[in-house]
Amino acid sequence: MQNKILNHGDTETLRNKFLRAFASPWFFRILLWLAPILFLLSFFFLPLSKILFLAFNTSAFTKANFQLILSTLSFTFYQATLSTILTFVLGIPSAILFSRFDFRGKSLLRALTAVPFMLPTVVVASSFNALVGNHGLFSFFSSSFILHPSSFSLILSAHVFYNTTIVIRIVGNALSRLDPKLEQSARSLGADTFRVWKNITLPLLRPSLLAAALLVFMFDFTSFGVILLLGGSNFSTLEVEIYLRVLKLPNLPLAALLSIVQLIFTLIFSILYTRTINQVTTQTAPRFSLARPPKTIRERAFVFTVYCSLFTFFFLPLISLPIRSLTRLEADRGQRGEVQYGFTTDYYKELFINRRGSLFYVPPIQAAANSLGYASLTVFLSLALGYPAAYALAKPTRLEKFLDPLIMLPLGASAVMLGLGFIISFGRSLASPWFVPIAHTLVALPFVIRTLQPALASIPERLRQAASTLGASPFRVWQTVDFPILSRATLSAATFAFTVSLGEFGATLLLTRPEYPTIPIAIQRFLSQPGGLNFGQAMAMATLLMLLTTLAILIIEKLRLPNSGEF
Amino acid sequence: MKRITFYFLLFTLFLASCTPTPVAPQTITIMTHDSFAIGEDVIKTFEADNNAKVVFLQSGDAGAVINQAILTKDAPLADVLFGVDNTFLSRALNADIFETYPSPMLADIADEFKIDSSNRALPVDYGDVCINYDKNYFTENNLPVPLTFEDLAKPEYKDLLVVENPATSSPGLAFLLATRAHFGDGYLDYWKSLKANGAVVVDGWETAYYTNFSASSGKGAQTMVVSYASSPAAEVFFAAEPLTESPTASIVASDMCFRQIEFVGILKNGKNRDLAQKFVDFMLSQKFQEDMPLNMFVYPVNKNAKLPDVFVKFAQVAESPAALSYSEIASNRDSWIEDWTQAMK
Repeated sequence: MQNKILNHGDTETLRNKFLRAFASPWFFRILLWLAPILFLLSFFFLPLSKILFLAFNTSAFTKANFQLILSTLSFTFYQATLSTILTFVLGIPSAILFSRFDFRGKSLLRALTAVPFMLPTVVVASSFNALVGNHGLFSFFSSSFILHPSSFSLILSAHVFYNTTIVIRIVGNALSRLDPKLEQSARSLGADTFRVWKNITLPLLRPSLLAAALLVFMFDFTSFGVILLLGGSNFSTLEVEIYLRVLKLPNLPLAALLSIVQLIFTLIFSILYTRTINQVTTQTAPRFSLARPPKTIRERAFVFTVYCSLFTFFFLPLISLPIRSLTRLEADRGQRGEVQYGFTTDYYKELFINRRGSLFYVPPIQAAANSLGYASLTVFLSLALGYPAAYALAKPTRLEKFLDPLIMLPLGASAVMLGLGFIISFGRSLASPWFVPIAHTLVALPFVIRTLQPALASIPERLRQAASTLGASPFRVWQTVDFPILSRATLSAATFAFTVSLGEFGATLLLTRPEYPTIPIAIQRFLSQPGGLNFGQAMAMATLLMLLTTLAILIIEKLRLPNSGEF
Repeated sequence: MKRITFYFLLFTLFLASCTPTPVAPQTITIMTHDSFAIGEDVIKTFEADNNAKVVFLQSGDAGAVINQAILTKDAPLADVLFGVDNTFLSRALNADIFETYPSPMLADIADEFKIDSSNRALPVDYGDVCINYDKNYFTENNLPVPLTFEDLAKPEYKDLLVVENPATSSPGLAFLLATRAHFGDGYLDYWKSLKANGAVVVDGWETAYYTNFSASSGKGAQTMVVSYASSPAAEVFFAAEPLTESPTASIVASDMCFRQIEFVGILKNGKNRDLAQKFVDFMLSQKFQEDMPLNMFVYPVNKNAKLPDVFVKFAQVAESPAALSYSEIASNRDSWIEDWTQAMK
């Protein structure tokens, strides 16, 4: 042994030199950024700038256009702010509920809150209407509770319905990561609940609160489907206006101008976020298993109230889907006034029949397999790209602070414009099925990074140092210190990526449709033609999508890795 | 031993490259909208007859498809584009994305459908956009079915109509064009009276039909919806239980419908002109035309194509659809939509 080292002394120093260069902080940083930056450059910045350069010209600078931009922008702001506040009103108590208390049906309820995130808006709207609308099964609801809500309040509640899961996941994770000793010692020093929250909990939660607020606000700011569906012709956000100016009343220069405005505002929000978050450097030792059954009457009342409101708000609209997919009301239609309801499994059976011998028929198992396949690829891709970026951003150098806000831009880019950019950049190769997970990853990546980043930043450096002083290898440090803290954030990030992909959030506007149709596409095909069977099959497919997501989320959350403790 | 295997592999590779293989089928790509559908065996027939492989590129609604075709004019994504209708035809023709192709099959098609005299866009199918109504509601309440646009603004039809936003929906635009043809410049006043009479505007056909319309499975609140004259046939064909009568019917009175005609065209700079021509001929042939109705719920333009039974019994054709020339639509479409949006705010 000794001999060998002596004999190969020269190569050894060379290797050491090489290793040192490899381990130099700069080289390491570049390595971290390489994949995410290459990805964003080729699939986001390049196509988007191509189309903006092509479409933009100064002819868009007219007074009428500026007025349009101003009024659209102010409405976009107004509804996004209101929606975000309302989402937090429901989201924060729910986050506390899930992170602090144990109760029956907890994991199912938490999984359910993530389901709306990926259901097609039109499906939820019509199934809900079929149940509680004027002629619905529970029509007494519509007369006594929901008295003709205005379309604006419908938009707001839809945003809350879709985005509460973001708050629950990001803030809830942070809450369960907090060291309970801090709160306990404050209490033993005589602080009441309010003071504990104000002085201890809230300051510690700030990074996650901000991250959640930013994501929810961005989603409401660029809201598209909800506004189009519920707003009629009266309301339009920047995203909707861009869509109209690209596809319906073609005016590409105006569309480009609108896109630039939207991008600039996205950038401003992200920069504000980065600024604020960098002022917060609190790190705490992580503890696990904070959740316990409610004890005092006050706690029980709290759990009961939040549980009930979540149940009504999420469970009832969602359960209307499976009920509707098993309900027949066809036979008596067109004969008597009162609708007769009956049980049927016809819609599910019909899913397996290609009645018209259509070329575009998709067997349900196939659609589910395609959806799951794309979703798994998206989870893999977005974690592989998001992890290194979040790691670098957790303790950013000056240059990286500049890169940080750019990560959020894909959320603020109009899907229609980016879609056009894809077409002029990739041409015929766009039909490749690989573009589907790529487009989904583009939407999921900002989530993944923003979910991992606060968790990574919260890992106390002294724990790592202590571990390595005690002789742990870098991998062992990662395994024993970083990983247990990260596994929860990673699961959350994976769930986001998974639901984003299953619901095809906005990506439908990006892509052409190659040979592997997914569940949302199958639903869309059924809903594009009249007939009870089509409607029933759409509901059945949507129910499948819902079951699949709920199951997948439950499984992801059950993947409790050793050391990660109670999730 | 290893070397022998290597040579053996090399030899088999060499053999494989030498054996005569059948001529690989040529691929032809058809760009179309998401609602396109056709029978599997129909396409198989074409593929077998022409040693071809047909690939469909479905990319959004008709508007999105035209946009993409215009943007990629120099290096087109496909050889053939199907699905431009007469309300958007001008955009495709002005951008000059189609080759001229006077197909021999045009002889079997009535002249009323041949809107583009230069034969760049050839008609394939048509459908009438009309109001559908809940038959049951009207008989039960002894309410006569409205037979003119003016009737719809009367108090007895208050809160009963749902229409699609013409800025976002293609049947919505067609209906707007029908009112424009009937009322001329006064169409905006008419729309204001419709709004005063409680007409509901929604973003697209799916919402209008499945969430708002009372006779669909969505059980909505409005008993009349802007849809297609073929929708009652689809209600029977796709009924969950066999029906002898459709729960809906169309108002096909004179002037109240707008006829949408869908066109196909060969994209300029495409790779495969010969096969593209064959495919266009095939789309206009009897086989394809007879398969279309049940797949897309549209009418064939080929005179010889026979309609399926369910169409003969339950689908209606407009008596005299709104007359609005293609050039008039081309030059005013956008300003009509803008004015409508302002008026309905």
